[in-house]
Amino acid sequence: MLKGKHLIDLNEFTTDEVDEILELADKMVKNPLDYCEIAKGRILATLFFEPSTRTRLSFEAAMLRLGGQIIGFSSPDASSTSKGESLSDTLRTVAAYADIIAMRHPKEGAPRLGAKFIDAPIINAGDGGHQHPTQTLTDMLTIKSIKGTVSGLTIGVCGDLKFGRTVHSLIKAFSRYPGNKFILISPQELKIPQYIKTQVLEKNNIEFIETEKIDEVMGDLDILYMTRVQKERFFNEEDYIRLKDSYILDRDKMAMAKEDMIVLHPLPRVNEISYEVDEDERACYFKQVEYGMYARMALIAKLLGVDK
Amino acid sequence: MLVVEGVKNGIVIDHIKAGKGIEVFNLLNLGEADFHVALIINAQSKRLGKKDMIKVDNVMDLNLDLLGLFDPNITINVIENEKVTSKINLKLPQRVKNIIKCKNPRCITSIEPYIENEFELLDQESCEYRCVYCDEIYKIEK
Repeated sequence: MLKGKHLIDLNEFTTDEVDEILELADKMVKNPLDYCEIAKGRILATLFFEPSTRTRLSFEAAMLRLGGQIIGFSSPDASSTSKGESLSDTLRTVAAYADIIAMRHPKEGAPRLGAKFIDAPIINAGDGGHQHPTQTLTDMLTIKSIKGTVSGLTIGVCGDLKFGRTVHSLIKAFSRYPGNKFILISPQELKIPQYIKTQVLEKNNIEFIETEKIDEVMGDLDILYMTRVQKERFFNEEDYIRLKDSYILDRDKMAMAKEDMIVLHPLPRVNEISYEVDEDERACYFKQVEYGMYARMALIAKLLGVDK
Repeated sequence: MLVVEGVKNGIVIDHIKAGKGIEVFNLLNLGEADFHVALIINAQSKRLGKKDMIKVDNVMDLNLDLLGLFDPNITINVIENEKVTSKINLKLPQRVKNIIKCKNPRCITSIEPYIENEFELLDQESCEYRCVYCDEIYKIEK
């Protein structure tokens, strides 16, 4: 039973619980109108202490499509944080108005802190460079819908693996399903954090390799998950400028890939995928956006306990 | 041989790595004590060769987590009526609060001062702890 739970880290849900969400999302994709009133009378608060129009709109669209309503803010300037209010006080106040909260915060662990203070379910909508579990649900739903499975895949993740929270969550989630292998493609400076390697991959005997060269591994991949080098995560702009165009996926690179390989990207993209790739049938990143809304609809319905 | 009086009712903090006794002494704030405390440096030890030890002639509460984190090899002897009534072998605590501070500048604990810094032991062997908020790893030097 997921009713009343917080989603801080997807790994805190059992694989059965994750599968339950994905199954419900799949039903919602097929028959969205069957679910258009199940959250009637419920309120979702979207608390975005860091701007992210895309994710916020995805949550809001998800709640509206379930028949619920929304309140919230889209930047810290619009909240009492700008007056010096603590995060716990903001959350306790909002929990008095809303049935469920989706929170994005630039500081890592902010949703974990929130979960200590309130009973209304908190959904981690991204905390710094740490985790982004609903993006992972999105990715899982996309992969499951297109590839028909979340097991036995060779998953390449490319770009900023150091600060890329989507990548961290993705690796954790897919490590729980059998037969998945990872190819970690990044410049030296943006390698995956050590704790992901030791605590997730090595600890669970998951096969992985690290490389800087995308060309050499393109042909091995079932999934290529591209990420943006995020300017907002750098303290030093020079480093950002030096690293931002480390990888650019173009038609030539796509020619090296399997015919049924799919390209995903959490978006927004900057330079890392050429526009010419959009025409390729294997480019699934806009489909991924749509699946994101359905994944969030299913999650909200489960946490509110209105999924029946 | 230097003779130090025995403890009547109190504790003996034994098997401190030689040279580290003064740090334990300061950690426990024993310089402020208004009872008898003896810090013995470079005492002979069968196990360690040389060791430091602290004798406290008073019943006092010890923060075992703090001591365990400092050096899990330390032994605490509890003395009652001049006899050792129990021995406490320290180990790295499973969870520590407000002893280690998270060094990740992106961690929520860096801006919300009312939250306790909280770490969970990942691995006894490698002495690694994980911040429960941001997953930052902190390694305890042996």
